[in-house]
Amino acid sequence: MSVTLARVEPSIAGVGDYIELMKPRVMSLVVFTAFVGLLVAPGHMHPVIGLTALLCIAVGAGAAGALNMWYDADIDARMARTAARPIPAGRLLPGEALAFGLTLATGAVVVLGLLVNVVAAALLAGTIAFYVVIYTMWLKRTTPQNIVIGGAAGALPPMIGWAAVTGGFAIEPALLFLIIFLWTPPHFWALSLYRTEDYARAGIPMLPVVAGAQETRRQILLYTLILAPLGAAPWLLGYAGPAYGIVALLAGAAMIALALRVRAEHRSQAANKHLASKQLFAFSILYLFLLFAMLLVDRISGGLFGHLAA
Amino acid sequence: MTTSMTMNDASKGHKPQTGIKLTEQQLRARRARSIAIAVSLGILVALFYIVTLVKGPAVLVRPL
Repeated sequence: MSVTLARVEPSIAGVGDYIELMKPRVMSLVVFTAFVGLLVAPGHMHPVIGLTALLCIAVGAGAAGALNMWYDADIDARMARTAARPIPAGRLLPGEALAFGLTLATGAVVVLGLLVNVVAAALLAGTIAFYVVIYTMWLKRTTPQNIVIGGAAGALPPMIGWAAVTGGFAIEPALLFLIIFLWTPPHFWALSLYRTEDYARAGIPMLPVVAGAQETRRQILLYTLILAPLGAAPWLLGYAGPAYGIVALLAGAAMIALALRVRAEHRSQAANKHLASKQLFAFSILYLFLLFAMLLVDRISGGLFGHLAA
Repeated sequence: MTTSMTMNDASKGHKPQTGIKLTEQQLRARRARSIAIAVSLGILVALFYIVTLVKGPAVLVRPL
């Protein structure tokens, strides 16, 4: 943390800068997966309480994003992708981001505990702490397994949603956790394959930086081969209907096909060297969205999740 | 983005005007932040009010 900022004048940070600190795009995926966890959970929940839970999860995710940007301001400044973020760009002081993140984190956890339930609040607190302390402060700068283990933080929101309704845990949300957890490495490593120089310059030990592109491509394929059948598991285990199963299998097959193309990428021409990696990265987002959207459709159309809830 | 200090005024016999004078940009930014904080607090108050109506007396019951 050696961000030196010349500005000592009163802040010129606008509301937009604070919103940017909350990583709105990451937040939207977190809220969506938490929403699915909440809807597929058995039992009834008043819509107002459900919305409250989602609001708290969204604010908690935003707090984690702000604390991540506070701690990572030094490496963000060295990467093209992140150099324009509010702190490295000089629009916000690190202390402002820290205070903002801590306030939001505390508020989100307390309100979730008071208005929804304590189990969900504890899970949210654990998720924020895991993302900020375990991932951002510790793993990200020390090991190429950073995003593998850190992925647990991104995988927890469906369990928080489930806990908000039931006040407990079960196999179904654990399955959703596992899907996101195993989806994270191929997703991020595909990105890191065409951002390797950025990560190397910032000194982040991402897998392609430490072990090379070929090893990264091999591990992307391995994780994708586990992910594809796991994505279909909610259908195979009877938690979701055949429509979900078909979409999961087709999308999983597409993921494997793209991972195979990434594996063969080193033989391609220099001009389009990273085309397959970029395609896999883009499709992986669609893949996760499709799976969770199909779970929603299944639940709303009264699929097997619906029968379980009845 | 300049901050004009008026510390020297005291030595000239004027009424001392110590402190920082905000620029237009700083004033605008502060006002926007203040409004955002007010809106957030308003939402929080409304949220607690509505949840209390929804839950009724059960609002105080929070089993682990």
